[in-house]
Amino acid sequence: MNKLKSKKLRGLLLGAGFVAIAAFVFTGCPTQQNMLDRGDAAQKVYVAPGEHDEYYGFFSGGYSGQLSVWGLPSSRLLKVIPVFSQDPETGYGYSEETKPLFQTSYGFIPWDDSHHPHISQTNGDSDGRWIYINANNTPRIARIDLKTFETKEILELPNTGGNHASSFVTSNSEYVIGGTRFSIPYEQDLDVPIESYSDEFRGALTFIALDSETGQMDLEFQIVVPPYNYDLGRAGKGPSSDWVFFTTYNTEEAHTMLEVNASRNDKDFIAAVNWKKAAELVRNGHGKQMPGEYYHNYYPTNQGYAVSEVKNGVTVLDTRDIDEDFIYYLPTPKSPHGVDIDPTGEYIVGGGKLATVIPVHSFSNMIEAINNGRIVERIDGIPVLDYDATIIGEVENPGLGPLHTEFDGRGYAYTSVYISSEIVKWSLDTFEVVDRIDSYYSIGHLMITAGDNVNPDARYMVGLTKTAKDRYLPTGPKQNHPAQLYDISGDRMQLLLDFPTIGEPHYAQSIRADKIKPNVAQIYEMEDNDHPYAITRINENRVERNGNVVRVFMGATRSHFRPDNIEGIKLGDTVYIHLTNMEQEWDVVHGIAIKGMDNAEILVAPGQTKTIKWTPKRTGIYPFYCTAFCSALHQEMQGYIRVSAANSDVALTWKTGTN
Amino acid sequence: MKFITNIISIALLLFVLQACGGESADQSASNSNETQEQGLSAFELEHGIGPVSERLAVDAELDEEMINRGRNIYEMKCEMCHNMEGRMVGPALGDVMERRSPEFVMNMILNPGGMARNHPEGQKMLQEYMTVMPFQNVKEDEARDIVEFLRQQAENN
Ligand code: HEC
Ligand SMILES: [Cu+2]
Repeated sequence: MNKLKSKKLRGLLLGAGFVAIAAFVFTGCPTQQNMLDRGDAAQKVYVAPGEHDEYYGFFSGGYSGQLSVWGLPSSRLLKVIPVFSQDPETGYGYSEETKPLFQTSYGFIPWDDSHHPHISQTNGDSDGRWIYINANNTPRIARIDLKTFETKEILELPNTGGNHASSFVTSNSEYVIGGTRFSIPYEQDLDVPIESYSDEFRGALTFIALDSETGQMDLEFQIVVPPYNYDLGRAGKGPSSDWVFFTTYNTEEAHTMLEVNASRNDKDFIAAVNWKKAAELVRNGHGKQMPGEYYHNYYPTNQGYAVSEVKNGVTVLDTRDIDEDFIYYLPTPKSPHGVDIDPTGEYIVGGGKLATVIPVHSFSNMIEAINNGRIVERIDGIPVLDYDATIIGEVENPGLGPLHTEFDGRGYAYTSVYISSEIVKWSLDTFEVVDRIDSYYSIGHLMITAGDNVNPDARYMVGLTKTAKDRYLPTGPKQNHPAQLYDISGDRMQLLLDFPTIGEPHYAQSIRADKIKPNVAQIYEMEDNDHPYAITRINENRVERNGNVVRVFMGATRSHFRPDNIEGIKLGDTVYIHLTNMEQEWDVVHGIAIKGMDNAEILVAPGQTKTIKWTPKRTGIYPFYCTAFCSALHQEMQGYIRVSAANSDVALTWKTGTN
Repeated sequence: MKFITNIISIALLLFVLQACGGESADQSASNSNETQEQGLSAFELEHGIGPVSERLAVDAELDEEMINRGRNIYEMKCEMCHNMEGRMVGPALGDVMERRSPEFVMNMILNPGGMARNHPEGQKMLQEYMTVMPFQNVKEDEARDIVEFLRQQAENN
């Protein structure tokens, strides 16, 4: 009955939807405002000077390619961690140590689009050790170490077009997953007509095993699947821990004008993958080896250079070749975007982007359907389960364009609704909407503090929205993307704060600060500096020439460099400045920049060594200076390098200290 | 005159800027020298403020092993700012054991921020050197080793 009703409604609402979009785009006006008294709201987000926030929030930078770190509830920006894009501010992607992180099978890629940060988990709760984030465009996953808040590893995903359904971690960090948004010929260099889509194109779901000690990634296997768009993913929890779920759209297999052509089918699928079973099939030799070049970039040592390992070949499970079932399709209305699993692991919620209801599948019903053979058809060997057998509820009247759902662990779900620009709160018991609140404007993902955990800590919710329009002082035709902070501790959601962010805050996660704070490093310990060009005592400072390569082993302390007078550099030389910050005090940073250097500065943390490459193009005297305001005598922290003609006989000398 | 006031204001700025520096045992900040001096015990006035709050038993005879360990840490973590003879970023240390007690030197190593902020000798030195000595992540027993090394330097002077 529900379904009949919803079918009729669908046409109506879709039409209304387009009107609403139009209305929205032009006016952007809110329809409802659940705002606390200003004083109360201010008090709830106020964190006194010198005091710390209760939560870390990690917001992806979207098209900035980075990851930003916020304190919640104050919503203060703590840091931007550069991940997939070069960052001249810190020298990330410019320093010799970090350049290898950017290597891919397509060469050095200075930018990407980072979407879904996900914190490593232990027993279904975020543990605060690492955070993974996907690159959407040139498919990759990065690992950021939450001791140093630095990107430590980037793994490329072969045979994948657009790694959007990523980077979600299973409940004991066994795997992080990737999924192809744009199906492409599985062998990615295949030169075929686009018209051959249905025959030649395939989707790839990637399973990357994580080292439990180091968090390091290892591409274990891929599953090739029919050529749909695999949009988002999530790992199961509790009883569903052995499963991961992906949404699909474009089961129409359109390859042009998807806006229309991929929106025809009433239902697409949620793909449920039993990863434990799949891994077992791989172990038992059911996989086949397929070509696939990809880069694995990581730091093999504590400090020093990242390395780029080129790998070739992937183990692939092809559903067309394997008799045993390990992946199932759950029909789901209509072009579902998000797929989210509630804290009990029982409810699988689809964000039926074009649907008029929020479909909720039951994990235990799904298992029963599998056991009872409730299969309506097979697609390339993949069983499609009976919708009526797996569905347990359809949330009516969710607004237009439901996308993503998070849970508070108290029996309620919160779904972001893009077109009608709101968040709806609904009951996992009655599947009825109990509250709704406006977004400013056009919400994508939403995030609950310690959300996507077995034990959410549902105090606050953040809405990550796509356009700001009139919300702040205008800053030109393009405004920064906003986020809104809501209080969800009571029965009704209440808006506390609306603040601009960096890039496009696509998805975010947050974690109680005490899970990270005690482990954060304050310095790099000098005793552990294994950088090949570090100096660990100041009288090791020197300059070495080897043919045209000149290496400067330089030390920095407030407020001088050693050496700070260098002569004997010649045109045609490639100069590497290896700068070691010899200090061991938290947050005393030095940097270096040389006049005319076609590179960025490097910022060097206490006890750290970093390298900048410089190829002088003109003779003369080059001043260099410390770019970090390190002490009262910071302005004195400078030096000179003399560059002579290629054929000059100026001897290589260096010194510090005596005029 | 103007120069002097400039210096003083820079020093004040420095206090403010570095006020959250080392993880000092003594985080109490007061506004005037008088109250600070008043707040210090006779032990602290002579031997500094920090984790070393009692006189140590220091053998008259030098311990070779401690000296070697101390030299090693000194070369790694101190030498960039100190000469044995003559001023550098900080004061010469060749004769420091003749001027200061072992406890004072250890507190200086272990709590340099607190010393510069709250100890009259530290304040005096800061005004002269204009740079706050950093805490170099040295443990208490390592600071003791450095003292042994500095004692040896003083004897060789
Ligand atoms: C960044 C430079 C720097 C480093 C590194 C440094 N110091 Fe200092 N040190 C200073 C300055 C400057 C002073 C003067 C006090 C002040 O301004 O804080 C000082 C003062 C001292 C004093 C007091 C001297 C006196 O006459 O009372 C001692 C002892 C000392 N340092 C020992 C060390 C030892 C041992 C280390 C290594 C563990 C070290 N310092 C590392 C800069 C430094
Ligand atoms: Cu500096």
